[in-house]
This record gives sequence, C-alpha cells and structure tokens, in this order.
Amino acid sequence: MADTHAHGHHHEESFISKYIFSQDHKMIAKQFLITGIIWGVIGGLMSVLFRLQLGWPLEKFPILETLLGHWAEGGQIVPEFYYALVTMHGTILVFFVLTAGLSGTFANLLIPYQIGARDMASPLLNMLSFWFFFLASAIMFYSLFLPHGPAAGGWTIYPPLSALPQAIPGSGDGMTFWLIAMALFIVSSLMGGLNYVVTILNMRTKGMSMTRMPLTIWAIFFTAIIGVLSFPALLAAALLLIFDRSFGTSFYLADIFIGGEALPQVGGSPILFQHLFWFLGHPEVYIVILPAMGIVSEVLSTNARKPIFGYMAMIYSILGITFLSFIVWAHHMFMSGLNPFIGSIFMVLTIIIAVPSAVKVFNWIATIWKGNIRFTPAMLFAIGFVSTFIAGGVTGIFLGNSTIDIQLHDTYFVVAHFHIVMALSAIFGMFAGVYHWYPKLFHGRMMNSHMGYLHFFATLLTAYGVFWPMHYIGMAGVPRRYYSFENFTTFNQFDGLNAFISACAIIGFAAQFIFIANFFLSIFWGRKSKTLNPWNSNTLEWTTPLEHFHGNWPGEIPEVHRWAYDYSKPGAENDYIPQTTPLTEEELKEPAHH
Amino acid sequence: MSAEAITQKVGNIWGGGTRPFNVRYGKMMMWFFLISDAFTFATLLIVYGTLRFSADWWPEPLNVFNTIPGVHGNSYPLVFVTIMTFILIVSSVTMVLAVYDGHHGNKKGVIKWMVYTIIGGAAFLGCQALEWTHLIHEGLSLYFNPFGPDGLVTKEAVMAGTAVAGPTHFGQLFFFITGFHGTHVLSGVVINIIILVNTVNGVYEKSGDYEMIEKVGLYWHFVDLVWVFVFLLFYLI
Repeated sequence: MADTHAHGHHHEESFISKYIFSQDHKMIAKQFLITGIIWGVIGGLMSVLFRLQLGWPLEKFPILETLLGHWAEGGQIVPEFYYALVTMHGTILVFFVLTAGLSGTFANLLIPYQIGARDMASPLLNMLSFWFFFLASAIMFYSLFLPHGPAAGGWTIYPPLSALPQAIPGSGDGMTFWLIAMALFIVSSLMGGLNYVVTILNMRTKGMSMTRMPLTIWAIFFTAIIGVLSFPALLAAALLLIFDRSFGTSFYLADIFIGGEALPQVGGSPILFQHLFWFLGHPEVYIVILPAMGIVSEVLSTNARKPIFGYMAMIYSILGITFLSFIVWAHHMFMSGLNPFIGSIFMVLTIIIAVPSAVKVFNWIATIWKGNIRFTPAMLFAIGFVSTFIAGGVTGIFLGNSTIDIQLHDTYFVVAHFHIVMALSAIFGMFAGVYHWYPKLFHGRMMNSHMGYLHFFATLLTAYGVFWPMHYIGMAGVPRRYYSFENFTTFNQFDGLNAFISACAIIGFAAQFIFIANFFLSIFWGRKSKTLNPWNSNTLEWTTPLEHFHGNWPGEIPEVHRWAYDYSKPGAENDYIPQTTPLTEEELKEPAHH
Repeated sequence: MSAEAITQKVGNIWGGGTRPFNVRYGKMMMWFFLISDAFTFATLLIVYGTLRFSADWWPEPLNVFNTIPGVHGNSYPLVFVTIMTFILIVSSVTMVLAVYDGHHGNKKGVIKWMVYTIIGGAAFLGCQALEWTHLIHEGLSLYFNPFGPDGLVTKEAVMAGTAVAGPTHFGQLFFFITGFHGTHVLSGVVINIIILVNTVNGVYEKSGDYEMIEKVGLYWHFVDLVWVFVFLLFYLI
C-alpha cells in the first residue's frame, strides 16, 4: 500500500458534493448512521418518558410540564401524549433506526468494500435513497410538533384509528404526516434495496464468487430482497388507507358509529388492513435482524480467530428465514378473529422458523468454541447478540403457539419477546458493527475500548433489567399499551416491578451517552490504528487506504482467491489469510470451500 | 462521479468473468423493480378479491361496460374495453419492434416504433378517460354505485327507498385500481417520450448502445401484463 496516494485524489470535490449530496457509498453510510443515531436518541428518550408514567403513575414531575407544556399538565404525561409516545417510539425505532440506520449504514459501507467494487451500481440512486430517507425523517420529526400531536394509534396504524381523522387527536394531521413520511421512506428503501441486490450480483471483483462472499454481504443481500418484496404491500395498504382517510372510501371501514351516528362507510374490513400490514410487518422484523446476524457472524469469526462454523449452513438458513418470513404474517393476528384452521397453519410455519434460527445460533456458538477470543467491544456486543437472540427466540416458540397466544397476546410478554429478540439483538448487532468498522468509517481512528466495555455491560444489564421482568408481568396478564393500571387492583402487586423496569430503562438510556460521546469524540481524538487492518481481518475492506476517496482502491481492485474465513489455518504463517492471498499448492489439493 | 466514469478511469470494473444472467446492472435493476411493482399490484388485486367475495352481490360486468362512447345504445357489452385492450397490446408489439431496431442500431426504426408506442399509450389513456367519464355520468362514484341488482338506478331512487344500489366497493376498487394502472401507463408514456427525444438527439447512437430502449420496453410490457389481470378481474369475471 505504498502508493496509497498515487492515484487517489482524481479531482477536488466541493463541500456540497463531498459531504452533503455525496454519491460516495462511504459518505452515504455515515449519513445514514448519524441520522440513525439522532433518531435513536429521540426514540429512546420517548421510551424514558412513557416509562416514567408506567413506573411512577401517581408521581408528578414538574420538569415534564416545563419541557412538554400541555402534554404533561401538572407534571404528569396526559394519556393522548402517552399513546403518541408509544406509537412514535415504535415507528422510529423499527423503521428509522433499525431499518434505515442499520441497513443503510452497513449495506452502503460494506457492499462495495467487501465485494471489491468502486461504488454501488448506481451511486445517484444511492444518494437519492438517503435524501428520501432524510425527507421522510424531517416530515416525521415535524409531526412531533403538530398542535394535536403525532400519530397515536400504534405503530401498526390499524384502522379505524388511522382511517378516521376524527377518531383521536393523533388521527388527524399526525396520521397524515405519518403516511407521507412512510411513503417517502418506502421509496427510499426501494431505491436502496434495488441498488444493494444489483450491486452484489453484478459488481463483484474477480474471484469473488457468491460462495466466497462474507456472511455480512449474504445477510444484506437477503435483507434487500425482503425489502423489495414486502414494502410494496405496505405501499398499497397505505395508499388505500389514504383514500379511506381523505376521499371517503370504505376499504377498511364498516359499521362505525360516532356519537350514535352511523358513518356512511359500509362493507370494508379492518382485518384486511391487518393482513396487508403484517405482510410487510413480519418480513420487516427480518429486515431488522438479518443485517445484524451478518455483522455478528463476521465479528465473531474475526475475533475468535476461527473460521465461521457452517458457512453454507449459514447461507441456507438465511435463505430459509427469508422464505419463511413471507408466510408467517398471520401469527400477529391469532386473536383477530382468524379462522382457527388458518391459525394452525400459520402456527406450524412460524415454529419452523426456529429451525434455521437454531442452526445459526449453534453455528455462532461453534464458531467461538475453543477460539482464541479477543474481547473487543465489538466482540462483546456480538456475543451479547447471541445471548439476546436465544433469550428472545425461546419465547417466540411460546407466542407462535396459537393456543398459548390466547393468554399471552397483547401482554407485556409480547413486549418482552420482540424487544429482546428483535430490538435488542438488532441494536447489539449495530453496536458490534459500529465498534468493528469504526476505523473504516473514520480514517483509521479507533473507538475507546474502555468506554466500549462500560457501554456494553451497562447496556446488557439494564436491557435485561427492563425486559426480563416483563415476561412475568406479561404472564400474569398485564396488558401492553395501557396508560395506567391504577384501576386494576390485581396489578398493583407489580408496581414495584414496574418502577424497577423504569429505573433500568432510564439508566440504560443514560448509558447510551457513553457510546455517543465515544463515537463523536473518537472522530477527532480517537487513537489512530497503526495498521490498515487493526483486527487482522481477511475481508477486502481492510486493504483500502485510510483516506477515503471515491473509488476505494487507488490502483486495480484486488483479486480474490479464497473465502473470507481462513483464520488460524494450520500450517499458515499468520492466524489470518486475507482473501487476496493466492491459494497455496497444498490448498489447491484440498476439496474444501474455495 | 458515477461508477461508469470511475470504471473508464481505472479499467474494467468487473474483471470477474461473465456477469450473472449476462445483463448489466440497469436492466437487472429494472427487473427487480418490476418484481416489486408486481407485488404492489398483486396486493391491490388481492384486496379486490377479498372485498368482492365478502360482498353479498356484485354487478355483472356485461351490464356495466356495455356502451361505446359516441355510439347510441347500450347493447355493446365489452366492445369498447376490447378495443382499449387491443390498442395496448398492439403498443407492446410496436415496442418490441423498437427494441429490435435498437439492437440493430437502426435509429430511424427506433424513432418510428417509439412514436407508434407513444400514440398507442396515449390512445389507451384517452379511452380510459372516456370510459371513466361515461361511468361517472351514469352515477358511479366512490360513494355510490348505480349498478344495482335491478339494473341502473339513480341516487334519488335509492334515497327514496324505491331502488337498491350496488356495492360501493365496485366503484371504489374500479377507480382506484384502474387509476393506479392508468398512472403507470401515463408515467410509461412520459418515460417513452423522454427516450424518444434522446433517440432523436442521437444520445444512444453516440454511445452505440440502445439498451435504454429495452429497459423502458420491459416496463411497458409489464404495464400491459398488469392490464391483462385488471381486464380479467374487472371486465371478464
């Protein structure tokens, strides 16, 4: 890499084309990441606010009135605002942080780097993808300040609360802004997804066959396919919903009475909306988790100094999860009046997902088994991911049973399940990715490990502190989405537990500022890595120079000769063999996976 | 700077043997987009099926689409929509010929067939406008369906309780889905015009590459294919 700067800067870019309307995948990745972090803080802050209400429902916090005005009259959050908070917390975290923030960051950063391409297939479309996301973000953010508040009918926007502007305060302008923002978001996601799929298929460097790609790329590939196929259902559903809201159609509305007056809409079906929504909504959780799985596979293998266990099994299990993700959506609707026979079919399909998921979990454990483990912050978060994925996945078996779901649906058991298996796992994967690829994002600077350890243990403990007790109160029947349980004397016994959960949530939220400080301070003052390849990793991104320029490699794109996981190979000089190293005579004789 | 420009600077960006499916990224992207768009239409048609089968009664298409604009009388079931469909399918044929001439670098041929394709698309949209106008004139709207079990009825008669209206979902779904398809045709026509202008200006002649014609052709055929399903569901069964 002596000639790092030889061909590097082919022309000077202006500030705007370099930092704002950049078409460079690395800059776009940073833009997605930083927007995602900002959304993460906003969404997290919302959970702190509604946890204050749930933990200390009788307490008054005068500061809330100072900050929120009429939304917290007398220092207590009003019910309308509580519902808006819960709705926006879900929307923001699922779509803006864990879809755009996670996929947008790592797909953009890693696809060209790891497959050996100069950039995405269409850098222009890539730039537009970010700016549509930004526009969606701006509109969603603005909706928080509307006079009647943002959407408040739940992130699933079920009709009739979403279809009748007069239903609740959040059903008016708030819902309209929600729909506009999400329409832009879908466009952004489609442009990004098309680009990811096509780039991975078409732009790989010489020697980078599909089965030599790192698992990050495989995971992102299937994530993009899921997005391209499932978001159209939400698009169609949202368009029909807009017609119901604004033009008086009745696709989702039937037999509604407001103030004793029957509305003219007849014959529609709110259940139809649920089907359409969950046809996106369920694949969406895999859009959230698959990139994290890919990141974790890569981080575990690199830091355990061992080849990933069951590379092909990993690919097939992602494929299996992708396929199954499209045919399990009705398990969200067991209690919606679904035909029990249909319910039993969806139950079986749902529980089958445990098979590819378990294949992945055992492969991860086998990968680090007897490994020469380096406990970097990224590695800790990757191990934390495996922990949360198991802990949350096990309760998925409970909830997937349509009979058990009669008791558990819409309780805190569900909240605990999906937060651990999807939200926590995905955010752990995202943290692992940020710590691991930070030197690649910011010109060889490293994040501070000690702050990383503190961040990890604080997050892990408080996260389990929040969600573990929720299983118990859920099994006891405490329903989710309730503003207050003061009128249910049976649930008073959980007041202490609820306060404990809220305390953990607040500490956990505060702990994230360790990460944020670490992230932003390290951009300027982080320790400079001494080598191009600080983790001694095999993949191609570590062969690029520290300084970013559009085109990634100053000279020819390196040729790939082997898979990405030749760690601790017996007989090899180092405990890693980069993908660019040609196969030796002995290796050519092996029947293995090259 | 686009990927192509970088490619030219640094050499062949691929260098890794044949491309999968032997297509360039633009065409592949179009295919994936069409798959995605197919899911949107599929969702809408599933909504159509769900609402239609949950209705007690549904108008017989032969009694709804039974006129030709400018021709007196209502004894021409499905004649007009057959003409519309024929126009759209012919425009697909002319698009194929444009792509064929593009492959052979025949600029004049591309221009000729693109013009015919655009005319076909515009004619289809015109026919759709006429049909919508006629149905609206008969009283069909998002809120009222005059095609009841006892034939064509007026809103006044229904209000007075002397007649029974048809299911309002018929009009809602008809206008929404044919409108959504019409929007696709309209954007197809606009894209075709842009491509035509580019062809006339010699953009593809200069680059020696008429693949753009093929890409918009794919979109055009897709829009036609969707119409076949819309035609089947709204007009035939």
